[in-house]
Amino acid sequence: MSFEPFLLTPIPDHDKIDVYLKHGGYTALSKVLKERTPEEVTQEVINSGLRGRGGAGFPTGRKWSFIPKDTDRPIYLCVNADESEPGTFKDRELMLKHPHMLIEGAVITAYAIKCNRAFIYIRGEFATEAHQLERAIAEATEKGFVGKNILGSGFDLEITIYRGGGAYICGEETALMTSLEGGKGYPRLKPPFPAVSGLYLSPTIINNVETICNIPHIMNRGAEWFKSMGTEKSTGSKIFCVSGHVNKPGNYELPMGISLRELLYEYAGGIKNDRNLKVVIPGGSSVPILTADKVDVKMDFESLVEAGSMLGSAGVIVMDETTCIVHAAYVISRFYQHESCGQCSPCRQGTLWMYRILDRIEHGKGKMEDIDLLLDICNNIEGNTICPLGDASVPAVRSSIKYFRDEYEYHIKNKKCLVQLDQRFE
Amino acid sequence: MIDKSSKGLLSESSKEKIEGLICIFPDKQSIILPVLHVIYDQLGYLDSKAIKEAASITEIPDVYFEEAASFYTMFPLEPVGKYLIQVCHNISCTLMGAESLIDYIKEKLGIKPGGTTADGLFTLVTVECLGSCGTAPVMRINDTYYENLTKAKVDKILETLRNQA
Ligand SMILES: Cc1cc2nc3c(=O)[nH]c(=O)nc-3n(C[C@H](O)[C@H](O)[C@H](O)COP(=O)(O)O)c2cc1C
Ligand code: FES
Repeated sequence: MSFEPFLLTPIPDHDKIDVYLKHGGYTALSKVLKERTPEEVTQEVINSGLRGRGGAGFPTGRKWSFIPKDTDRPIYLCVNADESEPGTFKDRELMLKHPHMLIEGAVITAYAIKCNRAFIYIRGEFATEAHQLERAIAEATEKGFVGKNILGSGFDLEITIYRGGGAYICGEETALMTSLEGGKGYPRLKPPFPAVSGLYLSPTIINNVETICNIPHIMNRGAEWFKSMGTEKSTGSKIFCVSGHVNKPGNYELPMGISLRELLYEYAGGIKNDRNLKVVIPGGSSVPILTADKVDVKMDFESLVEAGSMLGSAGVIVMDETTCIVHAAYVISRFYQHESCGQCSPCRQGTLWMYRILDRIEHGKGKMEDIDLLLDICNNIEGNTICPLGDASVPAVRSSIKYFRDEYEYHIKNKKCLVQLDQRFE
Repeated sequence: MIDKSSKGLLSESSKEKIEGLICIFPDKQSIILPVLHVIYDQLGYLDSKAIKEAASITEIPDVYFEEAASFYTMFPLEPVGKYLIQVCHNISCTLMGAESLIDYIKEKLGIKPGGTTADGLFTLVTVECLGSCGTAPVMRINDTYYENLTKAKVDKILETLRNQA
């Protein structure tokens, strides 16, 4: 079956509104505003089976339907463009090359959830991307797709770009909202869920950039079309971000459920320098590693769980046989230690200790007991934190010990890596 | 030395931008982070005097700004070189040689991460994933991304910046 990407379509200059319009842009919006009620839009999205692309995979239409029907408060939409999960770089490409797809999706989503105010929370480092969105919103406003009385329908939507400040935690939905409310981005306990009490204590829907970009296509081509791609429970396409030791790293939009082997060898050009595959992290640094024998796993929500990992953000990080697993775990643990917001102690202390221990093992000062100590810390973090950042710091460490305990032992005994490290820059 | 204390650090255009932000959000407090961006865009770091000036324009107590400034790692809190070199050392970049890239820049500029060259041109820092892992190794200098780096590219980028300065 030949698959044509519709999110990462290869149309040149698709960021310009005229080109976007020429290729059917904003037709979904005008159809929706003329012919569909908000409830019908939500139902179509429910029927499509679309699940969130930000990491958790929650059914999108169902999330929208949790907005209380009788609320007298304003309803908000936050598009999550924080994209900070290591290994993930798809939303950046969507915003740079297809900003109008995101805007059209956001307007339709806002209509469905009866919201007149949307925010796009974009990570602070994405300055070019933020300007691109500002420019595209101005274009769309001028043509009447955003703003007051959109296309004469009586529906209003104001979209505001909100730039973050370089904190990974602000991609977590409750932290995103506290950040947007002003001040530090500390997560909140759930419940209440954002759909009931979110931004400024009002009902709020938070969706990932890629999730929102799917909406115009679902409205144009229908739920059945969307469901014809992927698997029964993971419908549609998915952008896989392939990085690390492959010949052609990059974003690949493919049907859900494609095999990891096909993704790596047919699309990403195979392993660099004809080396052997050692490990893949299939869903960003927060999910367990997969060893090379799992290369035939299907890349969808269910199959990856069965294989002992998760689809997460679909950041597919590829490591060849020259990668030292201890070194990789050390680098990843440094990230969580750096990004823990410090609000709750299991996460603040746990990530710090994990990093310190891995740092000493990596630098030849580890003790044999450190391996079990690491596992102990993992158990003490997991389930004991306010938000899932603590939990996210565990899988890389725990799974690397599970599959490569011998490498850890070698590292501690011999004060160096078991494998010949080859991470050169020339 | 020029005494800037009486004159204020914020430029007229920054002040205007901050004033323009005040009515945008449903809750005024939301302008804290956008205001930090304005200060950073003008000065390249978050000066505490500038924060006080901004706070008084917005009529929000400056402690809120200070708290946020210490939370968001993207903004330096002290003056840095004209070019802030931010090299990613997270996993995908490390797999593609980020550690030797950092060593290379260290040697080339004669500074360690956190340091600034004597001429005040370059400050080097390491940062976490920049969301550009498919084009690793990656660095960001001020607001610009530089991707798929090689030694030759780094040489050229630094030389161009030096000549521009
Ligand atoms: C620590 C942490 C970081 C996250 N970062 C992001 C992010 O950068 N982008 C994103 O879309 N979701 C991120 N999420 C997931 C969000 O909390 C939320 O589930 C998502 O934005 C919902 O949108 P979706 O249903 O469309 O996926 C993160 C979650 C956690 C726990
Ligand atoms: S790991 Fe360096 S940009 Fe993501």
